Amino acid sequence: MASSKKAISKVTPRLEVKKTYKLYINGAFPRSESGRVYEVSNTKGGFIANPTLASRKDLRDAVVAARAAQSGWAKATAYNRGQILYRIAEMLEGRADQFASEISLASGVTLRKAQDEVATAIDRWVWYAGWSDKLSAAFGATNPVAGPYYNFTIPEPQGVIAVAPAENFLAFIDSIAPAIVSGNTVIALVPGSAAVAAMTFAEVLATSDLPAGVINILTGLHDELAPWAASHMDIDGFDISGIDKKKRTDLKVAGAENLKRFHHFDGAISPTRIYAFMEAKTVWHPIGV
Amino acid sequence: MTFEYAPAPESRSIVDIKPKYGHFIDGKFVPGKKHFATINPATEEVLSQISLGGQSDVDKAVQAAQKAYTKTWSKLSGKERGKYLYRIARILQERAREFAVLETLDNGKPIRETRDIDIPLVAAHFFYHAGWADKLDYAGLGKSPQPHGVAGQIIPWNFPLLMLAWKVAPALATGNTVVLKPAETTSLTALLFAQVCQQAELPDGVVNIVTGDGSTGAAIVNHPGIHKIAFTGSTDVGKKIARAIAGTSKKATLELGGKGANIVFDDAPLDETVEGIVNGIFFNQGHVCCAGSRLILQEGIADELIEKLKVRMAKIRVGDPLDKNTDLGAINSKEQLLKIQELASAGDAEGAQRWSPACTLSAKGFWFAPTIFTGVTQAHRIAREEIFGPVLSILTFRTPQEAIEKANNTPFGLSAGVWSEKGSRILWATQQLRAGVVWANTFNKFDPTSPFGGYKESGWGREGGKHGLAAYLKEGK
Repeated sequence: MASSKKAISKVTPRLEVKKTYKLYINGAFPRSESGRVYEVSNTKGGFIANPTLASRKDLRDAVVAARAAQSGWAKATAYNRGQILYRIAEMLEGRADQFASEISLASGVTLRKAQDEVATAIDRWVWYAGWSDKLSAAFGATNPVAGPYYNFTIPEPQGVIAVAPAENFLAFIDSIAPAIVSGNTVIALVPGSAAVAAMTFAEVLATSDLPAGVINILTGLHDELAPWAASHMDIDGFDISGIDKKKRTDLKVAGAENLKRFHHFDGAISPTRIYAFMEAKTVWHPIGV
Repeated sequence: MTFEYAPAPESRSIVDIKPKYGHFIDGKFVPGKKHFATINPATEEVLSQISLGGQSDVDKAVQAAQKAYTKTWSKLSGKERGKYLYRIARILQERAREFAVLETLDNGKPIRETRDIDIPLVAAHFFYHAGWADKLDYAGLGKSPQPHGVAGQIIPWNFPLLMLAWKVAPALATGNTVVLKPAETTSLTALLFAQVCQQAELPDGVVNIVTGDGSTGAAIVNHPGIHKIAFTGSTDVGKKIARAIAGTSKKATLELGGKGANIVFDDAPLDETVEGIVNGIFFNQGHVCCAGSRLILQEGIADELIEKLKVRMAKIRVGDPLDKNTDLGAINSKEQLLKIQELASAGDAEGAQRWSPACTLSAKGFWFAPTIFTGVTQAHRIAREEIFGPVLSILTFRTPQEAIEKANNTPFGLSAGVWSEKGSRILWATQQLRAGVVWANTFNKFDPTSPFGGYKESGWGREGGKHGLAAYLKEGK
């Protein structure tokens, strides 16, 4: 779709092969169990794609995949996680033109703006990649307790994090990169037209050596999916940056049942966005001969 | 030759308990309208009448805290704030014995613990945080991190003054002012702390103390003039607070329940481990959110260790909390005693085997003998629910992986313990455990420099150390 003009031969007109937009769960591209889709069109009303309208059951499947993948991803060395995030940047760079034209088409921004957005997104992956092996230095400590004990604090990932970014590509990237770099796994709830670039991004993930289940992408409606994510007992944290302010209260009330960690952020990049979905663990051991 | 037991009671003449107390608002004690009795749980003697704070008391306290925040406290330099905290720390040290005796009378915990653990840690918390007050730029929160404003703090009855210190010291060091509610059954040391604030000449309204029950706490949580909530207590109430503030911009730290796993590998030094198990569950009558209340033993050593534990438990002295020999004091309240009895009965009913050493319990006051249950499975209520009493549930495991799975099989995630002589095994286990504090070859150790707090349903945020400051500050530039 994105390169449709180029694909048509000058001699014989050729019909473009269009992509089916599905979901990304556990490293695979399933359709929704609900069989539902919704239409994304351009600013003039022209058809672009039929992304999948994910259901509660799809969300539950994604949580199962994310939970199963979490301990393995957290156990990977920080060096390894950093390299995989960097690899995502490499794969995105190679397809920057495709993303720019898709974003421009689906969201209606100029191609120039879309190109800037993709460039920023690539640089964000590079920035977050570098954090993987510096989190302990920034958020850990050795603590001089008053006694013969060695005592240290290290940050660890919380577990399974849901993210509900605003309806644009950069917000989507900004929600998933800081959540996974520490060793969390993610279920991204991508709304509206942002689904188009997000599902193409799933192809980037599928070729980046990211283990299956670390990032799972559901497309559709926040109003439909976010309440189920908020009340799901096996989701530890929820980035609700893209949720309308008035609708955050109900989600937080539902999430109180497992004391889910809710956070929302403005667009700025910050390591506190990573640490928000981490827990500090403190270990004591006696010192003696 | 036998040594006869001779009691060594600490004198209570050092404390001066008034017949009736008001609230401490804007630097002054103000009389309350309704009152309720606070008793010595070891004797059921009425110690004093405590004011039951209502909405208007909370309103006044919040107003005083707001005024103090804008007019005084936020205008002071960190250096000067710190000096007030140092003053408080020093006065607490000077009056340590008085606080220890009063805490023991009101709470029922042994004088040995209040004297050697609670009160020294209280002073240490103020001394530690005093030093942070003018060094907040180095707390890892950017340049010039800012306080939230008025902190509403609700604390439990198990470590009354220590929990006050955990809350008040970081709040004041970071430039916030405070409205604090002590637990219903243990208000006396908080009210004595108010006198310390007066002696330290802390500006009026920086610390306000409203006594009362759950409804008083709810009035603080729901007050629009409160910017930050700090709560230590049950997971149930923690969830209620999370719901209550969902639609507000209030920040919250919650230190909630636990069901700490204490894992003993077969290479552990058994005698030391037994001491650690006893300290893990019988310290403070087991009224400890981070208690090692689930003992998870490797099968090969289980029988030998349980025998040693029984021998050691028979030496635990249960009785007068003011007796310096006492190891296990009174249960804090009748309500808590009933809860412990109910869960212990559930242990019997579900088929676990109960054992307690022979010990004589006083007919007056609230008492529960140190108790272990063997034959406990993960499905038993005594393996899943927080008992908050001197009751240990014992499970066994074969492989290290099984130990970790059992330890983590709980919605809580506050504490855990590991006992082994092998360094790599200890580090592996501490890595696998989903808990905010892991004690390896020790248990129930606390320090102001050491962050404390839970994973999962054990709470939000940390208290202590650099990590604890974050709860009271907005990130700087």
